[in-house]
Amino acid sequence: MYPKDLKYDREHEWVRLDGDIATIGISDFAQDQLGEVVYVDLPSVGDAVSTGDSFGEVESVKSVSELFSPLSGEVIEVNSALDDAPEAVNDDCYGDGWMIRVKVDNLSEVDALMDADDYEAFLAEEA
Amino acid sequence: MRFIPVTCEEQVEMLVRIGVDSVDALFEDIPGDARLARPLGVPDGMTEIELAAHLESLAARNSDGSRVVSFLGAGVYDHYIPAIVDAVVSKPAFFTAYTPYQPEVSQGTLQAVYEYQSMICQLTGMEVSNASMYDGATAFAEAALMAARVTKRGRVVVSGAVHPEWREVLATYVESGTLDVVEVPASGGVTDAAAVAAVVDDSTAALMVTSPTWYGTLEDLTALGVLAHDAGALFVVGTNPILLGVMEPPASYGADIVVGEGQPLGNAISFGGPGLGIFACHKAHIRQMPGRIAGRTTDVDGRPGFVLTFSTREQHIRREKATSNICSNHALNALASGVYLAALGTHGLAGIGEACIAKAHYLEDALVGCGCFERVYGAPFANEFTLRYRGEVADMQTRLLERGFLAGLDLGRFDADDAGLVLFAVTERHTREVIDRFVEEVSAL
Amino acid sequence: MSTTPETVAQTATGVPSLGEPLTGTLIFERGAAESRCVEAPALDVPAVSLQEVLGGRTRVVPPALPHVTEVDLARHYEHLASANFGVDSGFYPLGSCTMKYNPKIDEQTCRLPGFARIHPYQPEETVQGAFELMWGLQESLAEVAGLPAVTLQPAAGAHGELTGLLAIRGYHTANGDPRTRVLVPDSAHGTNPATVAMCGYEVVQVPSDERGGVDIEALKALLDTDVAALMLTNPNTVGLFDENILEITSAVHSVGALAYCDGANLNAIMGKSRPGDMGFDALHINLHKTFATPHGGGGPGAGPVAVSAGLAPYLPGPVVGRGADGVLRLVTPERSIGRVRSYLGNFGVLVRAYTYIRAVGGDGLREVSEQAVLSANYLKALLEDAWPVAYDRTCMHEFVMSGGALRKATGVRTLDVAKRLLDYGIHPPTVYFPLIVDEALMVEPTETEGKATLDRFAAVLRHIAQEATEDPDLLHGAPYTTPVRRLDEAAAVKNADVAWRPDGAEA
Repeated sequence: MYPKDLKYDREHEWVRLDGDIATIGISDFAQDQLGEVVYVDLPSVGDAVSTGDSFGEVESVKSVSELFSPLSGEVIEVNSALDDAPEAVNDDCYGDGWMIRVKVDNLSEVDALMDADDYEAFLAEEA
Repeated sequence: MRFIPVTCEEQVEMLVRIGVDSVDALFEDIPGDARLARPLGVPDGMTEIELAAHLESLAARNSDGSRVVSFLGAGVYDHYIPAIVDAVVSKPAFFTAYTPYQPEVSQGTLQAVYEYQSMICQLTGMEVSNASMYDGATAFAEAALMAARVTKRGRVVVSGAVHPEWREVLATYVESGTLDVVEVPASGGVTDAAAVAAVVDDSTAALMVTSPTWYGTLEDLTALGVLAHDAGALFVVGTNPILLGVMEPPASYGADIVVGEGQPLGNAISFGGPGLGIFACHKAHIRQMPGRIAGRTTDVDGRPGFVLTFSTREQHIRREKATSNICSNHALNALASGVYLAALGTHGLAGIGEACIAKAHYLEDALVGCGCFERVYGAPFANEFTLRYRGEVADMQTRLLERGFLAGLDLGRFDADDAGLVLFAVTERHTREVIDRFVEEVSAL
Repeated sequence: MSTTPETVAQTATGVPSLGEPLTGTLIFERGAAESRCVEAPALDVPAVSLQEVLGGRTRVVPPALPHVTEVDLARHYEHLASANFGVDSGFYPLGSCTMKYNPKIDEQTCRLPGFARIHPYQPEETVQGAFELMWGLQESLAEVAGLPAVTLQPAAGAHGELTGLLAIRGYHTANGDPRTRVLVPDSAHGTNPATVAMCGYEVVQVPSDERGGVDIEALKALLDTDVAALMLTNPNTVGLFDENILEITSAVHSVGALAYCDGANLNAIMGKSRPGDMGFDALHINLHKTFATPHGGGGPGAGPVAVSAGLAPYLPGPVVGRGADGVLRLVTPERSIGRVRSYLGNFGVLVRAYTYIRAVGGDGLREVSEQAVLSANYLKALLEDAWPVAYDRTCMHEFVMSGGALRKATGVRTLDVAKRLLDYGIHPPTVYFPLIVDEALMVEPTETEGKATLDRFAAVLRHIAQEATEDPDLLHGAPYTTPVRRLDEAAAVKNADVAWRPDGAEA
């Protein structure tokens, strides 16, 4: 449920790092809490995102949740397939359900994120 | 008391079950200083028979459209309402229902709203309509706020030819400085396109006009739409839906948001309310739209059904970030409008529009022809028009009222610059005989 | 629709469905192209060339409106009505909505031509009866509110909130500073924060205490001279009268802020306690709740606002005033915030509310509140051992139960309970509000239900709790007996089918 090769933040986003490019999405826990996702509002390519700030929204039928960026950087790609198939966030949150790719400003920020074990412990604590 | 079915004996049983010895014991949380220690100063109740007589006596003190011939319009119009409309809106299952939050037992309301939305889309040419708003004026104000959200700009340009009460409501809605409003004065009874061109710029969220205007004139929407779009602004157009059976819809002129007062479609004028606010836009902007929307879907057994949809825009979910604080629609009025449009159909609505236009032109010709009025504007008009009276307007209206006519609207009441101008509205209910008699009376003054 | 033997579905009664489906047939799909209902009368003036008089603005493609006969229409809407549930259909204990019975005389009086066919711009001397009615309503509402000045213009409760808060903003602005923040309890209805934002203020949330009231210490800590107002519902959204109300309003006033009362729950206190006497400066009144005007499937309602003498000059104009000569006329308050809608308000709704008040009278209004509170406490007493009440205190006209324990024990959610109630012919209570109560069910019986109805509701809810334990899937699948069953709301958003089009294509 929580792949070991990813990093997580306390707002339930995950990060997959490839060089200085971070792919970002929401965790299995987050998608389960939301219920069926019907809409994802994402930034534009070229926008700057900063750690802890909102970069978009994800909606189910009866709720709206803000997406908070786990890292700072510039958006280089957004998953436009979610416009037509937002259910990918539920069905494949670590794969087709990815949201944005960011060129990371400061790789040391990654160290502040949790690994899978820490994240699971965090979830257990929250519950 | 006739609306409380619980008997005295049952009240005692209820108190016993609760475990208190008096009803007053249930109000003990109210601090003494906040209690009312005397009876309410509200008149005593009446039996239904007394009540009916009392209300009838109040109603009798008003000169209504069944007793005087009225040429008043200016946003609300005394069109004929087919009997089927009241038969439908009088069904308790419609009017005693709440907002359709439980769709399984609200399909009647929801489907009626969906059909209303569909008809408004047909009339205006737009892709989506909401379930209706309070009135044309608040729909107009909400359109300005929506345009600001869509364009992320903070200023709207409003034509001075728009109904003054619509402009006032817009001013109230943005009083806290959420939006700047620039008003462009009317010229020749229509929006001054040159003045618009001078103020519309890349900070403009919307250019806002209506056609027909406050003066009854028809705007050059093609030219105004280009001015708005060249600046990257939205084009907000107010309309009178009764005319859209025969007039080109706002969408054809590039309107991005269409608003209007829906009262003419099957609702009584009722001293100005309740009517309904029409609000329609492009599908691309649906997430920025205020108000409720009904949508079609299916149930777990695959049967078609309807629900309220795109609710995440609304205050009960998004709270302070909602697209509006509105938490209702004028559902019963929208139902009436849906029944009205269905009863008339494409053919009937065109007939009503044509009748209003032909009779308005007949009256205008006659009033000018009799020498009492003169034309002031060159722009075309449809069901309503403005003329200058060659005399004292107030005096003319007083004398005609004695003869049973409400002789148009004195525009000087709203703007001193318009003193001497009178606005006349004509509907399909004005017969040639009544119009001729009116012109005779005017001529005889 | 074709009815080959293969497609004939058997209904539960064994009667095959051979024709028109029960739901989903649109008005656009009824009738035939040549069907007519209402037509314009023959033109008795010379015809005009539309193209000419409209300056080329004639419609090229006509709108695709329905084509039906009057019979088609009558059947269509009777069918739709039969798929709706209203107060006349059965018990409707929808918390915070006050779904009381709507007297039939009100529907008759508002349709009198002397009210229905008058124009808002008629000369004042020709509408004195209408002004008399509005004046009388203003006076009665002011008395119930304990606040002297009333505007009848707002079209709904949320619209009243906007009006009241803009008046407060106008007052502060006139004193040199509009201030920046408005305090709203965490239990508030969503319209409160949405209204605050529309008025250009920042929303600051005030926590509730463990007794369900405002946490007074937290409130005091948030109060300073940047606070423009506190917006509070009292009785509050968990159905309780805030015992500290006088201390709350005086703390608000001590920093120069004003106290706004959301009047959603006025039905509990008429003739018992008045918001003005509690220290509130402004109040909106939902005529469609407390004063029995119908909800109409979502509106129109009306949300008059009553204010203190200090706020009276800021009310939207015009209001009806009585001159020294006794003649009623429209006047605009001297520092008016301006209009909040066109004309004079939802007059047709005002006529209904006035009719109701004159039917019931001053003592009757007090009896209404007493019975509403008695009935709510009785129902609470019948249910509290099976359904935990969020706050174990005497309630006002409504109370909030929590389905949290049931969910933990059985997996059955409040939503499932609500849907199962439909199978018993009862409209569910308000669910998932207020947000501070887990799996909330908010029950408001109103004064217009008999004891037998309350007894049955309690029996049904107790039975449903038992069903949840014995057969949770039964509840997950409910309802079974309604015109349609649970609808796919996610598909509704994704497909976005919000308007019929003649070619069947989506917009």
